[in-house]
Amino acid sequence: MQNLGVNVLFEGTTIQRLLEGLLVTAGIAFLSIIIGSLLGIGMGLLRTSQSKTIQFICRLYLEVFRIIPILVWLFIVYFGVPSALDIHLDGEIVAVIVFSLWGAAEMGDIVRGALESLPKHQIESGKAIGLSFWGLYRYVLIPQAVRRMLPGAINLSTRMVKTTSLVVMIGVIDVVKIGQQIIERSVIKVPTASFWVYGLIFILYFIICYPLSKLSKKLEAKWEN
Amino acid sequence: MNKENNQVLLEIKDLHKEYDTRAVLDGIHLSVHKGEVIVVLGPSGCGKSTLLRCLNGLETIQGGDIEFYGKSLTGPNVNWQETRQKIGMVFQNYDLFPHMTVIENILLGPIKVQKREKKEVMEQAAQLLEKVGLLDRKDAYPRQLSGGQKQRIAIVRALCMNPEIMLFDEVTAALDPEMVREVLDVILGLAKQGMTMVIVTHEMGFAQAVADKIVFIDAGKICEISEPEEFFTNPKTERAQQFLNIFQF
Repeated sequence: MQNLGVNVLFEGTTIQRLLEGLLVTAGIAFLSIIIGSLLGIGMGLLRTSQSKTIQFICRLYLEVFRIIPILVWLFIVYFGVPSALDIHLDGEIVAVIVFSLWGAAEMGDIVRGALESLPKHQIESGKAIGLSFWGLYRYVLIPQAVRRMLPGAINLSTRMVKTTSLVVMIGVIDVVKIGQQIIERSVIKVPTASFWVYGLIFILYFIICYPLSKLSKKLEAKWEN
Repeated sequence: MNKENNQVLLEIKDLHKEYDTRAVLDGIHLSVHKGEVIVVLGPSGCGKSTLLRCLNGLETIQGGDIEFYGKSLTGPNVNWQETRQKIGMVFQNYDLFPHMTVIENILLGPIKVQKREKKEVMEQAAQLLEKVGLLDRKDAYPRQLSGGQKQRIAIVRALCMNPEIMLFDEVTAALDPEMVREVLDVILGLAKQGMTMVIVTHEMGFAQAVADKIVFIDAGKICEISEPEEFFTNPKTERAQQFLNIFQF
């Protein structure tokens, strides 16, 4: 019988190893999204500040992350910082640091946009019932802003999940790297191995990202009513 | 009944407000006595809305003073959070919080700001809602209400803070004409109960019915302060006469 390439997926521990790799990917992405979102909310609040200095610093921070490729950031933090400070940082930790900082920058921009899009009289009527600065944000502005920033935030999250594939470059064994290892091992026996392995990885990424966009649609629909 | 002898709640002294270098309020003097209903009239852009906003600290002022119970409301040390609980304000735009139900809108201030008991506030809110005929809509979201209903809720929200004085900033200006009446009736009811109010409006009939005193402002200055009867039949200034003529066909 002709050897079906798809069998490469079911040999030995292939699937288990890929799922372990996926866990690394998802773990880095998940942690970074959480940390990045929290920092990003703070960043967004700072960016609506009246102070020109604070605005400038935050803006600069965002632009620095937009201009410099994430891969370069990974290299700077993985190779540059430890050699300058004479410490060692694990690839996973570096990945979480870089992705969190990037997430904070982008999320800050999304939060700022959402806050600025709220009608000004919402602020005034909040003040008129005696809400403090924090009360105003907590009860009036942030709950409304969250609804407006959701599409952007989910989009950012899926981008972060996808971009974690760069961590291979700083020696983290993620799902893509494990896939490469499996392909290298079996490609002589099974010439179509890359098709099947990358195909599976494609599906795995889809499984992580699709529920996110589904969730955002659901929440949007819920808040519509 | 003459309310001039009542205690002075708000005293506005030589108030100056400028945007950039353009004077919007140019030396306003006015006292508001307890229980008094003052209606501020004047052409668009004359500064009447700005005056109200100054009274609630939504605008910074460039000169003069505002005193509330004899305490100055100018300078950096004013506790506006506390003051605004006593000076209620309703705006032209329906300003309910869209992500909260009617009752949540009303309870927010009393519970989160004034730290009152939920049960007690609920009872008061229900009474007020009953009075404006909207108790059955207490769990509705603002988008499910008509403009007039939203404004009545906004009034209830302000009243539930137990303010000493209410400021109304053209609250019917954005409403469908059919809904103006229901909102004005609520305000008229408040006047009868002795609520102190400063009202900016373009509804002349309502102004005459509700006011103890008409204050006519033009170009940032008070031109005339009169009893409503006198103002509408026999205004003292030519500017006021011209203004009133606009409303007659």
